[in-house]
Amino acid sequence: MRFTLLFALLCSPAFGDEIWVTNEKDDTISVIDIETQTVTRTIETGQRPRGITFSKDFSVLYVCASDSDAVQVIDPNTGKILHDLPSGEDPEQFVLHPNNKHLYIANEDDAITTVVDTDTRRVIAQIDVGIEPEGMAVSPDGKIAITTSETTNMAHWIDTENQTIFANTLVDQRPRHAEFTKDGSELWVSAEIGGTISVFNTADQTEKAKINFEIQGVHRDRIQPVGFKLTDDGKYAFVALGPSNYVAVVDPNTYAVLDYILVGRRVWHMAFNADESLLFTTNGVSGDVSVIDVSELTAINTIKVGRFPWGAAYRPTK
Amino acid sequence: MIYFTALFAIVRRELLRFVGQRSRFLSALVRPLIWLVVFAAGFRAALGLSIMPPYQTYITYEVYIVPGLCGMIQLFNGMQSSLSLVYDREMGSMRLLLTSPLPRWWLLLSKIFAGVFVSLLQVYAFLGIAALFGITFPPIGYVFALPVLVCSGLMLGALGLLLSSTIKQLENFAGVMNFVIFPMFFLSTALYPLWKMAEGSPLLRDICAYNPFTHAIELIRFALYGQFNGMALIWVVTSFVVFMIASLWGYNPAKTMTNRKTG
Repeated sequence: MRFTLLFALLCSPAFGDEIWVTNEKDDTISVIDIETQTVTRTIETGQRPRGITFSKDFSVLYVCASDSDAVQVIDPNTGKILHDLPSGEDPEQFVLHPNNKHLYIANEDDAITTVVDTDTRRVIAQIDVGIEPEGMAVSPDGKIAITTSETTNMAHWIDTENQTIFANTLVDQRPRHAEFTKDGSELWVSAEIGGTISVFNTADQTEKAKINFEIQGVHRDRIQPVGFKLTDDGKYAFVALGPSNYVAVVDPNTYAVLDYILVGRRVWHMAFNADESLLFTTNGVSGDVSVIDVSELTAINTIKVGRFPWGAAYRPTK
Repeated sequence: MIYFTALFAIVRRELLRFVGQRSRFLSALVRPLIWLVVFAAGFRAALGLSIMPPYQTYITYEVYIVPGLCGMIQLFNGMQSSLSLVYDREMGSMRLLLTSPLPRWWLLLSKIFAGVFVSLLQVYAFLGIAALFGITFPPIGYVFALPVLVCSGLMLGALGLLLSSTIKQLENFAGVMNFVIFPMFFLSTALYPLWKMAEGSPLLRDICAYNPFTHAIELIRFALYGQFNGMALIWVVTSFVVFMIASLWGYNPAKTMTNRKTG
């Protein structure tokens, strides 16, 4: 294992960068140095930080401080909170539009999606969606935004030009996370209780495939797909399977599950490093982050962070 | 030179005996494989997760149990060697061996080494089969494990020798199973890590921590990941020396004579 790690360290040009992890119970962010794979900084945030993303130029960090009912804007260099954005109540996840300006925020308690202009710090739209919205995604061309609602079990397709819903598609029980493929042709939505990932054609919003998971020795009820990431090269999709403590590796071309990788307890979200050679998963209950070698498809290290790590985001430092 | 001639002859005899007994080789492999395939599969989800050295991340139970099963192979092998010593003594070939002009300690050490050599074949065959089940270690780990397995094998062989010096009849071997092999194996880190034992009972944990077999397993476990556990090595070497001295005393002809006179 050590040698794999050493090999990865020597071969990758992208080290020295950071992974930022929100700790839901500690009200902090743990900053992990990718090179040393240690926590180098801990930054205070508002209450119950969950969703986390950087601006496109990495100059500011946005954090959903759910119990503070705010999206906080943080200077990543100093770790200081610059200001709050009006987010609506209980923001859980969000996504930054490719224009680097509009933030689409899911307000879990209010069943709405709030669109905030990060420059003017004003709400530009509030869109009624299903009950308990959570998963957020935006298409690579920026034309479509997605909100998934946990209780309504739907993916809501939002036209970003006029901020209205133009389609709703049913997914399995309790959708948690949504992502477009790199070319924008497909939308993937995970269903936590349903135990599946639904794949939709973006063009006509029809369901194209459904991915099921099965792990030997783990009860079906514990296999709960939540966060996931697709590699840019279109080779793999990594799916966090919650309390099963495994990450599934899926072939996005055939939708077949290739492998399962053991990580920490209740794995939730994840982030790649720059060249996608390493994947960092947040393990909520065990309070740590597992490091997966993408080429070897094995977990090579685990890093202790704060209590209940939730979201993860990559930040280059050079 | 004659020392090595004797060593090679004893190793060769043990090896021939081992090759001749195919069922022994098979049972030596089947025993740990049953633990790996049946027992470990059943316990896969039941055991909690925790990271402890030498592991850097979470592992499945199958991965945890493999070094313990390597130790188990050596433990059984060490005890089986002791069984063969009792047999040899009953049949008279042991007496023939001990009449050699070479020092007794060298003959007995050669006998242990022969057992260790056989156990190495068994362990590496088992590791090969485990790899077929997808349980692999870094390549360097298989190399590092070799000297460590020699150390642990010598310790367990010396223990077997000590026991054989106290066993008068072949039938007493059942007692060895009950009072030595099982307690040594179950009260070690072969099946559960120490922190798991501590959850059950701190006393059990302490017993496990003082069991030399625990240290033999940890030495193997660290080596399989290319790491060195100095404390475990001290425990294993010290135990080997103690067992060896005690068994030499046990095989002391003067003592045997006294026993015979008094018996």
